[in-house]
Amino acid sequence: MKTTKLSLLAGLLAAGAMPVLAQGLAIGLKSEATSMDPQFHQLSTNIQVHKNVFETLTMQDSVQKVGPGLASEWEAVDDTTWRFKLREGVKFHDGSDFTARDVIYSFCRVPKVENSPSAFTIYTAGVTDIIAEDDHTVVFKTEKTNPLFPAEIWSVAIVSADALGAEDDVTFGPQGTCAGLGDVPQAPAFNDPEIAVGTGPYKLESYTRGSELVLSRFSDYWDGMPDWERVIMRPITSNGPRVAALLAGDVDMIESPPIQDIPRLREAEFKIVDALSNRIIYLHMRHEEGAPSIEGTDGNNPLMDPKVREAISIAINREAIADRIMGGFAQPAGELLPPPMLGTSGRAVDAYDPDRAKELLAEAGYPDGFTMTLGTPNDRYVNDEQVAQAVAQMLARVGIVINVDASTASQFFSRRNALEFPIYMAGWGAASGEMSSPLKALVATWDQQTGMGTTNAGRYSNPEMDKVLLQAMSTIDDAERDRLLQEAGTMVLDDYGIIPLHYEQTVWAMKPGFSYEPRVDQYTMAREVKPAD
Amino acid sequence: MIVYLVRRFGQSLLAVIAMAVLVFVGVYAIGNPVDVLISPEATQSDIAATTERLGLDKPLWQQFGIFVGNAVQGDLGTSFVYGRPALNIILERLPATLELAVVALMLSVGLGVPLGIWAGLRPESIAGRTIMGGSILGFSLPNFWQGMLLILVFAVLLGWLPAGGRGETTEFLGMQVSFLTLDGLSHLILPAINLALFKMSLIIRLTRANTREVVLQDYVKFARAKGLSGRRVVMVHILKNIMIPVITIIGLELGSMLAFAIVTETVFAWPGMGKLLIDSINLLDRPVIVAYLMLTVLIIVTINFVVDVIYSLLDPRIRLSEMRG
Repeated sequence: MKTTKLSLLAGLLAAGAMPVLAQGLAIGLKSEATSMDPQFHQLSTNIQVHKNVFETLTMQDSVQKVGPGLASEWEAVDDTTWRFKLREGVKFHDGSDFTARDVIYSFCRVPKVENSPSAFTIYTAGVTDIIAEDDHTVVFKTEKTNPLFPAEIWSVAIVSADALGAEDDVTFGPQGTCAGLGDVPQAPAFNDPEIAVGTGPYKLESYTRGSELVLSRFSDYWDGMPDWERVIMRPITSNGPRVAALLAGDVDMIESPPIQDIPRLREAEFKIVDALSNRIIYLHMRHEEGAPSIEGTDGNNPLMDPKVREAISIAINREAIADRIMGGFAQPAGELLPPPMLGTSGRAVDAYDPDRAKELLAEAGYPDGFTMTLGTPNDRYVNDEQVAQAVAQMLARVGIVINVDASTASQFFSRRNALEFPIYMAGWGAASGEMSSPLKALVATWDQQTGMGTTNAGRYSNPEMDKVLLQAMSTIDDAERDRLLQEAGTMVLDDYGIIPLHYEQTVWAMKPGFSYEPRVDQYTMAREVKPAD
Repeated sequence: MIVYLVRRFGQSLLAVIAMAVLVFVGVYAIGNPVDVLISPEATQSDIAATTERLGLDKPLWQQFGIFVGNAVQGDLGTSFVYGRPALNIILERLPATLELAVVALMLSVGLGVPLGIWAGLRPESIAGRTIMGGSILGFSLPNFWQGMLLILVFAVLLGWLPAGGRGETTEFLGMQVSFLTLDGLSHLILPAINLALFKMSLIIRLTRANTREVVLQDYVKFARAKGLSGRRVVMVHILKNIMIPVITIIGLELGSMLAFAIVTETVFAWPGMGKLLIDSINLLDRPVIVAYLMLTVLIIVTINFVVDVIYSLLDPRIRLSEMRG
């Protein structure tokens, strides 16, 4: 009785269930933006949404190559001065013109954003002055030589000075001492489309927290008519329901379908798009005496011996992991960033050789191996715990007994940062798209003063490499920086200071006929989705 | 009566205080929020600055003191993630959960009570057995699995209903609700059924057991002997007498549905409070987690308190025994 009643009811409602959107695009996202303020929280979930509405002076294309955005061209006047020519004829969503004043205001607002969980000040703190030479020319002065400046300001969204109530004259002052900002609206104000005014291809129409974000086409967009009349972005955080939403036709496209569901989606004739990402999954080891959770070594830390580290690296069958555990959606890694991105040397993947690994262990004085704990998150990277288990089994074959300690990401990162693991698996996405990012964060000597080695929870330290890296980081010339970064990267990898496992591949699934140019930075951006012809 | 109320109120207050300590210490133990919140590109000094701004550099007892101090003034803290008062963020989500819980409750009562009476009147019939069998399924199938199955059948295979989300909402009594539009209603059906199934099974079993008991009572036999129609016997004499325990259960279950619709909300991407809790736990947004749990405790304690009071009003024996004891 119940079912007949239901099916009747359902049948009646079927017409209303599927809204037909003319020229509409609905995307199922795996996480939700925490705010509509593009300068509030530095989080990829937020950034990928904001980039539809707000733009930046420079842009990074799908392989993170830096190109013109709101600035049509720029030059390095000297080591610490950059001159940007702003694009003319660009309009904000409210019809006002984009000028140098908006640029200064946007950089000034960053330190004024309150309660930010992760502020954008890391990109603006090094700016000592911004001068508007005329309405469409802006000169930036930086504290130190920073070759990554054009790449980094891709993160500083340009907001409208008028819409946010700035005075007519906005002048820059370092560290939040700007003048003429007026009353700076805080993050919650950006739920209002009158405030969230950008220059991007889509305008904010409405934002219902937890439910959906609706964007509409901005017909006066400077770079041609955007493809979609309306874009709806819905956060569907659980994997199963997200796939179901695509199968049921609720959404046209989803990000990160679980790998095990991909064959089924293919069978149902959905289109799968994937691309190599800038995210490296790696093993990091503790390089100091007194590492915890190592047994059978009389209190010594075997990981301080490069032979042991090499043994670990060649005991891992990366091909097998990529094929069987990652379902082919990963590529074995030989360095920390996939070639041909800047700073990569094309170094070969360490070949799988368990016999040699055993010999190396014997040479290092551990013929019978030892026991240690491998820390890993179990909900952060694609199939992370399974990968760690596979690594553990491979290492067991050469005599290193591994206890896998898998925990949820929030726990794992806290424990890792408290140096609780002798060896751990984690991932790193290079936001700037070049080798300096992983080198600086993962293997540079940990130093609170200089901000180096922030995620170096193995406390690897190679002063020679640090020197080369620092030199690279202050070299403006791309070719020379490329060479220095290759050198630094090779020094670390020859020393087995860190063990790269694989590059994750990012996957999107969509209705047949749609197309998406996959991005290495893993962002899902409506502006890059093309409709069926 | 006053003594009883005061004593009951004191007990409720004690429960709230105990929960505050438990919740705070528990949340404190699950990791450092800064490690999750901050961009991996941030330097050590950025991390230190953020830790200090959030007050996480202070010892636990001090953090708890600040929390309690603010809480008694009605301020449950500012969300780490959203930068807004935690309570506002939760209350923003309340209408969605409330709507879902009320519709689910209506479904479970509207179907559960008649089915339970039917099964109670004819326990040996095929229909009676089927109903009981069905209720066992409702009990024992995991909630999330039921949800996925509903999506699979009605959204993916048949394509009648959407797989998740809330759909179009309209304003009703100052709240955003979805049951007034066709689109909103179609989004509401599956999650409401999912949430209702377990409660419905509970009500069916409760009603059946009570019906079987009541049917054997002298007054029912007398009513029958008097020649009253079967319908009147059921609707008046039986129904009235079985409703007391059923109403008690409904009150309690409403509280738990409001607080713990988490699984359903997650499976159906329903933007309610439960989903907010899960998201907040993943992001270690401590103020929201604590505020949510405290609110939950308050709701359940209040409902219990009210139910106890109503009980004592309905049943003088409770009042008397409590007064003596």
